[in-house]
Amino acid sequence: MLRFEGVSFRYPGDVQGMMEDLSFQVEDGELVAIIGASGCGKSTIFRLINGLERPDRGKILVDEKPIETIKNYSAFMPQKDLLFPWRSIEKNVCLPMELAKIPLGEQGKRASQVLEQVGLSDYAQKYPKDLSGGMKQRAAFARTLLSGADMLLLDEPFSALDYLTRVDMQEWLLQQWVHYHKTILFITHDVEEAIFLAKKIYIIQDARPFTQMESIEVPLGYPRNRGDLKQGEIVELKESLIGKLRRSVSL
Amino acid sequence: MKKNLPSAILVLILLMIWQGVAMGIDAAYILPSPTGILVRLWELRVPLFTVHLPATMGVTALGLFISVGLGLLLAISMDWNPKLEKALYPIIVASQTIPTTAIAPLFILWFGYSIWSKVLVTILMTFFPIAITVFDGFKSTKREMEELLFTYGATSKDVFLKLKLPTALPHFFSAIKMAIPLSVIGAAIAEWLGAQKGLGYFSKRMMTQLDGAGVFAPVVLLSIVAMLTVWVITIIENKTIKWRKEL
Repeated sequence: MLRFEGVSFRYPGDVQGMMEDLSFQVEDGELVAIIGASGCGKSTIFRLINGLERPDRGKILVDEKPIETIKNYSAFMPQKDLLFPWRSIEKNVCLPMELAKIPLGEQGKRASQVLEQVGLSDYAQKYPKDLSGGMKQRAAFARTLLSGADMLLLDEPFSALDYLTRVDMQEWLLQQWVHYHKTILFITHDVEEAIFLAKKIYIIQDARPFTQMESIEVPLGYPRNRGDLKQGEIVELKESLIGKLRRSVSL
Repeated sequence: MKKNLPSAILVLILLMIWQGVAMGIDAAYILPSPTGILVRLWELRVPLFTVHLPATMGVTALGLFISVGLGLLLAISMDWNPKLEKALYPIIVASQTIPTTAIAPLFILWFGYSIWSKVLVTILMTFFPIAITVFDGFKSTKREMEELLFTYGATSKDVFLKLKLPTALPHFFSAIKMAIPLSVIGAAIAEWLGAQKGLGYFSKRMMTQLDGAGVFAPVVLLSIVAMLTVWVITIIENKTIKWRKEL
């Protein structure tokens, strides 16, 4: 379980803080989306979770342990695939294992299992330039999975993809989530994407510094399909979220 | 082959103009013709290829080897520690304001006619592009890639070995391609100013004999060697870093 306890943070040089006394939590195995206007601090939450930034005040706990005292609790997948062009796909996905000094044989075994699961077995020896946008994102997801962390932080991973690929990738991500039972935090600008994927949506509405995120449960079970998005209740939720986002932009 | 055609045509035209002007002047000690230079190159092949070319190549290779080592050491040090960057960078830049032809005689005073006076001139001319270009290569590493590695628990050493080093590889090849002609020029200048063998020395000796074609023959040889070496490095570069455009 991830828990923010009264976290405050301000970037050095900024007059205003990014967040003030923020508290929220994410249960194990949940798929949670975070939505909000550009620059509202969604990515900062991820930077704080993965230790790239330190809170000025407050605590971030994973399984009740402060994150400073534990390792390999989360894995980050950014908007760009950030695959290293000089490494084959297999070598790219092995990177977190290499850094964790996992024996080579074990790396190969785990990599081939995950590459098969993400449908890239035939591309293990190819290079990133040989892959399409969607395939690159799947490779990046495989790399994130192979870090071994139980919590995946996905920062707008599909936003650079064309609409059809994005839709395919959303469905694919749900399958992966069901398969791996990982906790997933997912940042997106796309309200429909958030509703389709998440069990719970956190929405940042306040101007900086924000002090809370409204939590909204999505009234859909799993497995889901695109048709579910046409249900009256869901259409209403979508409109309500868009309205909230519009209001937050005008703040 | 096709892509080199325009430059080949231009070179041919320039050579034809040169040939025409040289034939018009008709004084080989002032302006020898390209064909005259080739003939002289053939006539002087034995001393040029068995004595002077190996001597110059020895200086060039040793100078380049030490420059690569020194340049990489400086680049890595500056990348590793910002304080070292602040201390070293201005000195490295200042070193390039020293006129080589003015300082080379000093090296001869210090080291005599040994190989080291000439190697030192070569190093002075070549370590700069290597150090600065490779350092720029390290600096060009994408911050988001660096951060991604840190989120996987990478140390600064991991980031250097797994990210910065490959990122700087294209810059390293560019630096080497810049340094090769400079090292040849450095060796020739040093030999010109004081040596007992080498293509620079040979060219100077031919000048004292008013042998215009003899002056040009070692220069042509130097250019050919430099171009061939750069060509080989380019082939190695193309085979090693096929991903260059993906960065």
